[in-house]
Amino acid sequence: MADTGCEIIPITTGEFLMKVMEMKNDHYRLMQAHAVSVENGYELSYTFGKDYEWVSLRLVIDENEEIPSITNVYQAAFLYENEMAELFGVKIRMISVDYQDKLYRIDDETPMKKL
Amino acid sequence: MASKKSVVPFGPQHPVLPEPIHLDLVLDDEKVVEAIPSIGFVHRGLESLVKKKDFKEMQYVVERTCGICSFMHGMTYCETIEHIMDVEVPVRGRYLRTIWCEMSRLHSHMLWLGLLADAFGFESLFYQCWRMREQILDMFEASTGGRVIFSVNAPGGVLKDMPSDMLHAFVEKLDGFETELHKIADIFLNDYTVLTRLKGVGILTPEEAHDLGAAGPMLRASGIARDTRKLGYAAYGDLDFDIITSDDCDSFARCDVRIREMYQSIQLIKQAVDKIPEGDIAVPVKGNPEGEYFMRVEQPRGEAIYYAKGNGTKFLERIRIRTPTFANIPALLKTLKGCQLSDVPLLILTIDPCISCTER
Amino acid sequence: MPKFMPFAGTMLKNLFSKPVTTSYPEKPAVYPERSRGHVEIAVDQCIMCGLCSRNCPPRAITVDRAAGTWTINRFDCVQCGYCTEVCPKKCLTIIPGYQTPGTEKKEAVYHKPAPEKKEEA
Repeated sequence: MADTGCEIIPITTGEFLMKVMEMKNDHYRLMQAHAVSVENGYELSYTFGKDYEWVSLRLVIDENEEIPSITNVYQAAFLYENEMAELFGVKIRMISVDYQDKLYRIDDETPMKKL
Repeated sequence: MASKKSVVPFGPQHPVLPEPIHLDLVLDDEKVVEAIPSIGFVHRGLESLVKKKDFKEMQYVVERTCGICSFMHGMTYCETIEHIMDVEVPVRGRYLRTIWCEMSRLHSHMLWLGLLADAFGFESLFYQCWRMREQILDMFEASTGGRVIFSVNAPGGVLKDMPSDMLHAFVEKLDGFETELHKIADIFLNDYTVLTRLKGVGILTPEEAHDLGAAGPMLRASGIARDTRKLGYAAYGDLDFDIITSDDCDSFARCDVRIREMYQSIQLIKQAVDKIPEGDIAVPVKGNPEGEYFMRVEQPRGEAIYYAKGNGTKFLERIRIRTPTFANIPALLKTLKGCQLSDVPLLILTIDPCISCTER
Repeated sequence: MPKFMPFAGTMLKNLFSKPVTTSYPEKPAVYPERSRGHVEIAVDQCIMCGLCSRNCPPRAITVDRAAGTWTINRFDCVQCGYCTEVCPKKCLTIIPGYQTPGTEKKEAVYHKPAPEKKEEA
């Protein structure tokens, strides 16, 4: 069995939570989530997996756009979301267990955000 | 009667806790009701170094993510870059990677067994385990030149070859190691005191393990057979092995799975030494990476996910490392709920935590 | 069936056998041939191209082409061996032998001997 690589599915902010719910209902697990800083915004990837199959939801948002947290659906997402908020400054609403930028003990605010 | 709850701060410094994780334990009498983790004591910002180090130098940064699975971090990074740049690594190079990977797994699990013995207060067993681990480290030093950081990976292959007499000497050493392992395993799996500390402690059901995204031995000890090595990266596709699982779902199962994985690692190394072909160990890599790729491998602690995005310059746009401990923390919190305060260090240890990996 | 004190045999054996550790520093430590101890330069073969200094991950090497010096800050060096990989003349090697502790931080400077032939300069 060869790793086919991770399929990337672009989605919009509007359908984001619905897609995540679909993943949950299909018994996918959350594998990872990360942000990439791009010009005037972010590219977020949420990777889900089922057995050996895996897909990434790709969300491109503006710098000031707020997105909902998925911690209500996937409880395990809280560390990933806190990390995105702290290192990149992604605005995420209602993370369950929000560390308020105190996840890592660092001096700089959002050190990995592109200026 | 409503009982009064108390909060006990636990870590980052604690006599039996080797890793800097802090937990706020909400206790009802001696029983843990909830645990709130905080990490962040050893964040080094390795991912952001990508702006300053080019993609070939980055290999040396990435392999410093962890002191235990150093080789695997370097290898995964290189494989990610190789996938982006469409580089085919020579077969001998892939086999050498596999052999070093399995040696890493051996010494990581041996280290973990030692720490486990230390966590339940069995000092002499702890030293016995680490003494055995030393043999693997010596093998690493003889083959790569480093005991902890190996620096033998590069995009395109490996930098050092192992001559066949060295490989056969290693196999001979591993035979001796296996004999010693049988003795040690007997203690972990049969000793009365060890069993009382491990059996039935920290239950993680298969459903919970899946939902919380647990990885590695933690997942396999809950009866889910998933091992990323089956995807056949490096030379694993040519090797024959079964996925090791256990249905007990408790701390004992995690110990059992890891011990059996060590026997398996020895078998895999022997298979690889038998099958390794002659040939080149690396191909030159020209140009700069452009594109993105997700890569996953099975580290001793579980599945690690790498993501790299290149923009055609020699500096990568982003590198993201999701280490197995990151995935196992939610599962750890689940097992902590309802356990006794005295079992907390033991349970933290059963996920084989590596916090500096987690924070990078 | 749980066993009672299965470790006792090994422990007794350990008690009456030689220690596995060596008595360093009385007995010198033995390093394998490939051990990455420190970077050594055959400075007479160096062409002062500066590739090593540009590619050194911790930026421990400085090359001064005009003065003909090759300088390494051994406290910054992480013994990764990347300089030996990129060196076009292969005059850099990593050899066994770790750095010894010192009382002050200093850089090791190597001077390239004056060129004998013109094209080497």
